[in-house]
Amino acid sequence: MAINKDSNGYTFGFAIVLVGVVGTVLALLAMGLKPMKDRNGEVKKQLDILSAMMNLDKEGISRKNAESEFKKYINLDEAIVLNYKGEITTDVKAFDVDIQKEYKDKNLKDADKHYPLFVAKDKAGKKLYIIPVVGKGLWGPIWGNICLDEDMSTIKGASFGHKGETPGLGAEISQPFFIDRWIGEKITDENGNFMKFEIVKDGTGANPSKVDGITGGTITSKGVEEMANRCLAVYANYFNTIKSK
Amino acid sequence: MSETVEKVKAPSEPLFSKKNKKLITDPLTDNNPVTIQVLGICSALAITVQVSQAIVMGLSVIFVTMMGNVVISMMRNAIPSRIRIIVQLVVVAALVIVVDQVLAAFLPDISSKLSVFVGLIITNCIIMGRLEAFAMGNKPWPSLLDGLGNGLGYAGLLVLVAIFRELFGSGSLLGFPIFGDAVEKTGLYAIGYQNNNLMILPPMALIIVGVIIWVQRARNQALIEEH
Repeated sequence: MAINKDSNGYTFGFAIVLVGVVGTVLALLAMGLKPMKDRNGEVKKQLDILSAMMNLDKEGISRKNAESEFKKYINLDEAIVLNYKGEITTDVKAFDVDIQKEYKDKNLKDADKHYPLFVAKDKAGKKLYIIPVVGKGLWGPIWGNICLDEDMSTIKGASFGHKGETPGLGAEISQPFFIDRWIGEKITDENGNFMKFEIVKDGTGANPSKVDGITGGTITSKGVEEMANRCLAVYANYFNTIKSK
Repeated sequence: MSETVEKVKAPSEPLFSKKNKKLITDPLTDNNPVTIQVLGICSALAITVQVSQAIVMGLSVIFVTMMGNVVISMMRNAIPSRIRIIVQLVVVAALVIVVDQVLAAFLPDISSKLSVFVGLIITNCIIMGRLEAFAMGNKPWPSLLDGLGNGLGYAGLLVLVAIFRELFGSGSLLGFPIFGDAVEKTGLYAIGYQNNNLMILPPMALIIVGVIIWVQRARNQALIEEH
């Protein structure tokens, strides 16, 4: 007996079976690939942190040797985690803090957010401080790592990333020319007070605390400004307390 | 003599018969999904700024059109006609998630560059178009070839557009500088050449696609539709 394929029962049955099969296949696939994706995420984080203090291409650092190179420059035992007031907390490890997740979590109060600080040594043995930052661009999240010199104020290097900013416009924040505009800026004045950054359009980026934005990428540039100001202010408090000791 | 023998030997259609070959070659030229049927334009605008992105995107779409066509073709006699579009959508969506997950696991760098556009393969009209127009009424093997052909046609155009946009917009191909260094002012830049910033904006992709359509129809007048 032929099945009536136009009957409601057959239609419903077909839909249910199809969704069940597809759902199972995708769930298995996602579970199977999860360890690789987690590993990729960890390596990416190491690369991001390192890229704030050096040019990864020039140093020949890629996904393949990320782990050993990371250990060479950054001692995770020295890394600390701050609370929003800039005081040290010890409830989590610095590398395990997912600042992007905490930033996205609307239910998480500012007081409960964590601010990791990585301490690195460059080749000359100079102490550097690497601060991960996170914020919002035009289309989605943006993030970065800002590397401070041993004076805990001068920006020595940075790296910015984004999820889906417009190619050629907002996406340019990750390009060297934009990052170069941040290098040499100071996050604190002589008294150790935090100085806010301003993204400008009039080409006066050479002035202290001013950084030229990207033409056509205004909202993303402003997002970087907000991200840097919000995150760096916390660390400036911390640096102030150790300097005054 | 030998011809008659062969005919007896092969009662079924050979795998690469003339008809089957046409399924692959047609979409590459006279029935290109982008330039002739004008489908899939949206993604052609979005990810043709760099050639490398266009290639990975093209490969992803080829995979989805091929597999989608095969799966739908195998189920074609079982799919209730009232929900066939939804069934097609579920299959395409599942395949796209597979592509997205595999890219994220094995090619994390490219995956993060393509970001949302892999997910947007679902909305690519070429895929749904081929499922509805071809796979619903043909056997799996021709459907596979049809999917391959249309995917290649799409990928080829994507790469072609990307070559123009990356070369004139960023002065490079696959990331390698062609005209010299724009920042250091070497090569062509030393004599005052500048990258065309309009090239990296989406409207330019539309203009390039338009020019390609124009050139193709000028060379083959038969493609011009009568109104």
